[in-house]
Amino acid sequence: MTTNTSQLDEIKSTPWNGGRSPFNVEYGKMMMWFFLLSDAFTFSALLIAYGALRFSSTSWPDPDVVFQSAPGIAHGAPLVFVGIMTFILIMSSVTMVLAVEAGHRKAKAEVAKWMVWTVIGGLAFLGCQAWEWTHLHHEGAWWGHNPFLNEDGTVASTNFTNLFFTITGFHGFHVFSGVVINIIILINVLGGTYERRGHYDMVEKVGLYWHFVDLVWVFVFTFFYLV
Amino acid sequence: MSDNHTAEAHHDDHAGMTKKKIWSVFWVLLGITAIEFLIALVLIPKGILGHGFGNVLYIALTLLKAFYIVAYFMHLKFEKVGLIYSILIPTMFIIFFVIWMLYEGNYWMHIRL
Repeated sequence: MTTNTSQLDEIKSTPWNGGRSPFNVEYGKMMMWFFLLSDAFTFSALLIAYGALRFSSTSWPDPDVVFQSAPGIAHGAPLVFVGIMTFILIMSSVTMVLAVEAGHRKAKAEVAKWMVWTVIGGLAFLGCQAWEWTHLHHEGAWWGHNPFLNEDGTVASTNFTNLFFTITGFHGFHVFSGVVINIIILINVLGGTYERRGHYDMVEKVGLYWHFVDLVWVFVFTFFYLV
Repeated sequence: MSDNHTAEAHHDDHAGMTKKKIWSVFWVLLGITAIEFLIALVLIPKGILGHGFGNVLYIALTLLKAFYIVAYFMHLKFEKVGLIYSILIPTMFIIFFVIWMLYEGNYWMHIRL
């Protein structure tokens, strides 16, 4: 009889029996995860549409020809500029996670320092993207205009430029939002909001968003510049 | 009880990532990107690797990078297993969607030819 009672008590103390969060994360952080999951579906839909259209084409522009320029280099430098952009975004992801780590130690000055670097990284990435878009626009590429030939020499459809500007534009908009949110969090860090609150969970939540932006870039980079 | 619980959660977070671990993940990500550049700029142009196999490698390396970002930077590896599954299982739909749409795209190409 006593054994039975203790077994019942044991069942009631499992994480799914109420009274505490089974995921053991703060509500806002869990909601950020589910928002990012939905955002992952949005980006997947865009990239899958790109894949389907590319698979339905007999030929496609060669990325090593389209993206062969960098500031000061007119042509013959494929992947150089996008390599720099990728490095900047990975670097800013590192500074973000260092800010989160400093937040766990409640080191306010250090959190602020790494958040500043993250904002600088985000702005540098946006600057690079602005340069690339301007450069492609000067070459005659835009929504509805595709000056690049297919790899086999045939005239390409505008699918290539439409998808490129839509997908990198949607990603760039996410980077822009991320920079704005990071600046707001930085102001709160400097103002002592989280010091008074006793924890830096907000830094962690925007960190999740920022890493997601980096994650999407990893896929955009592969499917537009490499494949 | 609930205070205890929050303290525990923060303690777990502490255990997850150290500065050393963060930088080692950075070097892994940089290294994978360097390998991708090597494939794109040396191995494929010199004919050591075919385009098809190159693409398979790109996708495998991309998924590896995604794993490192999600598991370590986004800390998912150190969360409760329930949260891990509720994020990862829905992404299975994406894999099906990719397969169906690429198959469909290929079919469109054949009816165009």
